This record gives sequence, structure tokens and C-alpha cells, in this order.
Amino acid sequence: MFENYFGGLDTDLFEQFRRLESEMGQLFGHSPWPAGIRAVQRGTFPPINVGATAERVDVYLFAAGLDAKKLDLSIQQNLLSVSGSRRIEANENAEYYRRERYDGDFRRVITLPDDVDPERVDAKYRDGVLQITIQRREATRPRQITVS
Amino acid sequence: MKTNQDVATSESAAVEKKTRERETVLVPAVDIFEDAHQITVQAEMPGVSKDKLNVQADRNGLLIEGDMEIDMSTGMAALYADLQTTRYRRCFVLSGELETERIEASLKDGLLTVRIPKRVEFRTRKIKVNVP
Repeated sequence: MFENYFGGLDTDLFEQFRRLESEMGQLFGHSPWPAGIRAVQRGTFPPINVGATAERVDVYLFAAGLDAKKLDLSIQQNLLSVSGSRRIEANENAEYYRRERYDGDFRRVITLPDDVDPERVDAKYRDGVLQITIQRREATRPRQITVS
Repeated sequence: MKTNQDVATSESAAVEKKTRERETVLVPAVDIFEDAHQITVQAEMPGVSKDKLNVQADRNGLLIEGDMEIDMSTGMAALYADLQTTRYRRCFVLSGELETERIEASLKDGLLTVRIPKRVEFRTRKIKVNVP
């Protein structure tokens, strides 16, 4: 009934990644790849996805109900850091059964490919997803070579 | 013979696909609280727009479902992914004192708020204790 939007693409990219990771996990008991030095444990708020094409790198932060103006984004060479805080005002007159939503400060640091251009970064916040687009340098893009 | 084999393969492929879909549902984080008049559910579903959201309720249960719509360019390869699917789903069992016909839902910045009013006769009333 529903289409999977990431899966709708030719590459079916996140699905493939997940399958590969789980297959490797079955073989070795855990991921055989060394973890990035800035990698955090699963379940850290906010979850992020990073995707890349030859022209650009896109970073997606999944954080509902943020005040986007209060976010602190910075990029130094290929190191992108996003920090902010999300306070959830508790309803004083109510009795809580579940409190799963993250409340507090957060910070995530993402290592991008080396060829990103820190001068050309765009960010937008829509439907609770912060999308940061970083262009890659022209020189490193694959170039078509014609045989004469 | 060849044809039979093909059918068998495609059937098992379909089953496998279905199983995989079931496995890869995101469970939205929720806050649930109750006051004198209603129960409120707040669910985090970043990336879901109003048209891709499905909130269903009947006497027995509440279903929250949504599909993420992400602006991605074609041919994008994943470098890193905390979220590996785009479908959110979560269900709750409701009890009879809740007025499921009058449920209200709103969505803002990926945060879904569902308010389920209690039937009037079940609303908490303060009982005054008369001290002689």
C-alpha cells in the first residue's frame, strides 16, 4: 500500500546498507569495521543520515519540534557539528505514563568526505528534519574523458 | 518444471520482502499523559507531512502511521544511516472510557499530538470532604 521512499530509488540505498550490516553482524558477531572515533552509540538523539552524490553531501538530522533558529551549526574543514537544545515543557496538571521524547541539550559531530567545500553550505528545517547540504569541490568530481 | 521453480522463487521472494518490511518499521518515541479531561499522546515523526500521516482510532485501539518524505537527489549513496527505513508505526490499546469519535490530531514540525477526550461521566471530579 505504501511506497518506501528511500527504497523507491534505484540504489535502494539504506536498505542495502542495513542488509549488508546485518549480514556482516551475523558472520562476525558485530560490525567488523572499525567505528569512527566520533561515532556514538545507537539511539543517540538526534538520529542522522548522511548521503552523498558526486556534487554534494547531504546530512539529515531527524529532530521533531525544534526551534531551528536556536540551532548552532558550524563547519571546520570537513567536520560538521550541530548542537542545540530541546526542552519539553512538562504538563504540571497531568500524570505521565510514558516519557520517551528526548529532553535536553544535544550535540553531534559528523566527519564529512575530505573534498567538501565549507564555504558552500545550506541548511533548511522542514517537518522536523534538518537538512544540511554541503557542495563538493569541482576538482574532485569525476570528469568524463572523451577519446578522440 | 522450469516454470514451477520460477513461481516458487517469486513467492518466497515476496514473503521475504514482506517480512523485511515488517522488521524495518520505525517506532516513534512518545510521551503520554493524562489530565482530568483527556489523554494526550505526543509522537515524534520527523519527515512526515500531513498528507503522509495516518491516525486511526476505533473502540479498541489507536494506530499512528506515517511515511517520511525526504528531499534526496537521485543516485545518492548512503555514507551513514541511523535510520534505515522511512515508515513509522505504533499502536496503542484504548479503553472504553475514552471518546474515540472525538479524537483530535495535529502535526507540527514532525511532532504529532493526539488528544483523546474522556467520556464526561469518567472525568475526574474533585470530591469535597465535608468536615463537620
